[in-house]
Amino acid sequence: MAKGIRGGEASRGWLFISPALIIIGLFLVLPILLALWVSFSDWNGLGSPLSGNTSFVGTKNYEKLLVDPGLAQRDFGTSIRNNFYYVILVVPLQTALALFLAVQVNRRILKARGFFRTAFYFPSVTSSIAITGIFIFLFSASGAINALLGWLGINGPNWLADPSGVIHNFLKLFGVNAAPAALAVSGPLGISWWEWLAGPSVAMCMLIALAVFTTSGTFMLIFLAGLQSIGAEIDEAALMDGTGPFRKFFSITLPMLKPTLFTVITLGLIGTWQLFDQIYLTGGGAPGKTLLTPAYLSYQTSFKGLNWGEGAAMAFLLFLLIVALTLLQRYVLRDRRKGDRLDKTMRREIATQAAIAKGKSI
Amino acid sequence: MTKLRASAIASYLMLVILALIYIYPFLLSLAGSFKTDADATNNPLSLLPQTWSFAAYERLFTQVPLPLWAMNSMIVAVIVTLGRVFLDSLAGYALSRLQFRGRNVVFAGLIAVMAVPNVVLLIPRFLMIKELGIYNTYAGMIIPLLVDAAGIFIMKQFFESIPVSIEEAARIDGAGIFRTFWKIVLPMARPALVTLFILSFQGSWNEFAHFIISRQSTDLNTLTTGVASLFSGQLGSGNQFPLKLAAAVLMTVPVAVLFFIFQRKIMSTTEGAEKG
Repeated sequence: MAKGIRGGEASRGWLFISPALIIIGLFLVLPILLALWVSFSDWNGLGSPLSGNTSFVGTKNYEKLLVDPGLAQRDFGTSIRNNFYYVILVVPLQTALALFLAVQVNRRILKARGFFRTAFYFPSVTSSIAITGIFIFLFSASGAINALLGWLGINGPNWLADPSGVIHNFLKLFGVNAAPAALAVSGPLGISWWEWLAGPSVAMCMLIALAVFTTSGTFMLIFLAGLQSIGAEIDEAALMDGTGPFRKFFSITLPMLKPTLFTVITLGLIGTWQLFDQIYLTGGGAPGKTLLTPAYLSYQTSFKGLNWGEGAAMAFLLFLLIVALTLLQRYVLRDRRKGDRLDKTMRREIATQAAIAKGKSI
Repeated sequence: MTKLRASAIASYLMLVILALIYIYPFLLSLAGSFKTDADATNNPLSLLPQTWSFAAYERLFTQVPLPLWAMNSMIVAVIVTLGRVFLDSLAGYALSRLQFRGRNVVFAGLIAVMAVPNVVLLIPRFLMIKELGIYNTYAGMIIPLLVDAAGIFIMKQFFESIPVSIEEAARIDGAGIFRTFWKIVLPMARPALVTLFILSFQGSWNEFAHFIISRQSTDLNTLTTGVASLFSGQLGSGNQFPLKLAAAVLMTVPVAVLFFIFQRKIMSTTEGAEKG
C-alpha cells in the first residue's frame, strides 16, 4: 500500500474508536475502580463515595464475608452453597441435553430438522423475566407440573415455597431427620457441614429445570457447529470401521468434539454463577434463603441493606471466581485458536458469551 | 429392515415428545392468558380456555401501564441497537484496518473487558451513574449499553475477512477514510451487521438487571422491570396468572417476530459450516 493513502489514518483511527473507548472507560473501567474503593470503605450510600465522609477501612468488608462469624458470613456461605448446587447440576445436565439434541437434529436423514431446531432453540431467545414468569405458573402448587405428577400418583410439592434440601429429604427416607453429631459442627463460612450437605432446595430444583430448558438450545447450536465441522470425517471413519451408532458416538464423535465440549462447559460454569434475574423474580432468595445467590445477595446487601462496602466486596469475590473460570477457558483453548481466523463456531461462542455476560436466560 | 424402521419411528417419537416439552410451556401460557383466574388454576394443563376471557389483556391496557413500559422498552432497545451497530462497526473498522499507535493495546484491553460479567457490574455502574447525575434518566439506562466489546470483536473479525483491495481502490480514487468506510465497507459487511442487530436488539429488549440499578421511577419501567413488578406481587389478592401470562406473552412477541424473520440467519451458523 502506498504511503499517500495512509495519510490521516492515525487520527481517524483514534476518532473512530474513541466513542467506544469513552463509553467503556466511563461505564466499565472507572466504575470498577470506584466499586473497588467502595469495597475497602465504609460508605453508607449517602452522598458521593468520593466525598470526605467516607473512610478507608482496609479489608474489613472482605473479612466480614470470609472470616468473621456472623450473619453476613452465614448469608454469604449460604449463597455460595445454593449457587454451587445449581452449578453442579445445571452444567452437566444442560451440556448433556444440548449434545444429545445436537446429535439428533444433525442427522441427515431426519425430516423437519428445521422445525426441531427451532423448537429447541426458541426458549433461548425469550427474556429471562417472561420465561421465569411462565415457570412460576407451571410450578405453582396447583400448576401443570403437579398436575402431571398427579397422573403418576405423585403428590407434588409446593415448589417455590419449599426450602427443604433434596439430599436431606432423601436421607429422611432412611430415618435420618437431624444432623449426625459429626456433621452438626460448623464448617466453612459459618455454615454447619449438615447444612452444606443439604443439597439444592426443592425450590432451587425449579430454577435448575428452568436453566436447562432455556440454555440447552443455545448450546445445541454450538454443538451443531462443532459436529458439522467434523461431520464428513466421522462418517468416513465410521463407514470404514463398520461401527454402530453408540460406538461411533463415544469413540469417534465425542473425542473430536472435545474443544466444543470444553467451551460449552466453561461457558456454562461462567453463566451459572451469575444467577440474578430469576432470583429477583422468585422473591429475592425465598424460601428460607435457599435461593440466595452471591449475585443477588451482593445487590441486596448494597441496595436494600445499604452495606455498600460489603456488597461491593461480594461482587469482587464473585468477579474473581468468574475471571478465574474465563482465564481457564482461554488458557485451555489457546493452542487451537492460535493464528486461525475467526470461524463461525467461534463467532457463535463469542456471541453466546456476550449473551451470557449480559445475564441472559441462564 | 423392519428393525430399522421401528428404530426410526422410535427416534422420531422421542424427538416429537421432546419438542412438545419445549413448546408446550409457551402454548400453555398463551392459552392461560385467555383463561379466567379460576380456570387457569383449576385446569393447568388444558390448552383450551373453558370460556375465552380477554379480561387479562384489557386490564394490561387499562389498569396496568403496559403501553408505557412497551414504549420505554422500544425507546431503549432501538437507540441501543442503532448505537451498537454504528459504534461497534466504527471501532471494529479502526481496529482491523487503520494503522495507529496503541492499536494492539486497545485491542488487548477490549479482550480483557469482555471477561467482565454484567452481574458484577451492577454496583459499579450504579455508583458511576449516580456520580454523573444521570440516575433515573433515559441517559443512564441507555448510554452504558451503547457499546459492547463483543460486538466490536465480531465486526473486527468480519472486516478482516473482506479483501482490502476494494477499499484501496476507493482510497486511491480520493475517497476519505470515513467515506470509504460508510459507502464501501459497511454495505459489504451486511451479514455481520445483521448478526449484531439481532444480538443487540434481543439483548437490550430482554435486559433486566441494568434497568433495576439505573432507575427507580416507575415512569421509566421497561417491560422487563414492569412485568417483574407484577410478579413480585403489587397486584392485590390472588395469583392472577392470566394477567401475568398475558404480559409475558406480549413482551415475547417482538423478539419472537425478530427470531422468525431472521431464523434462517440465526440457524445458519450451522448450515454454513456444513458446506465448509
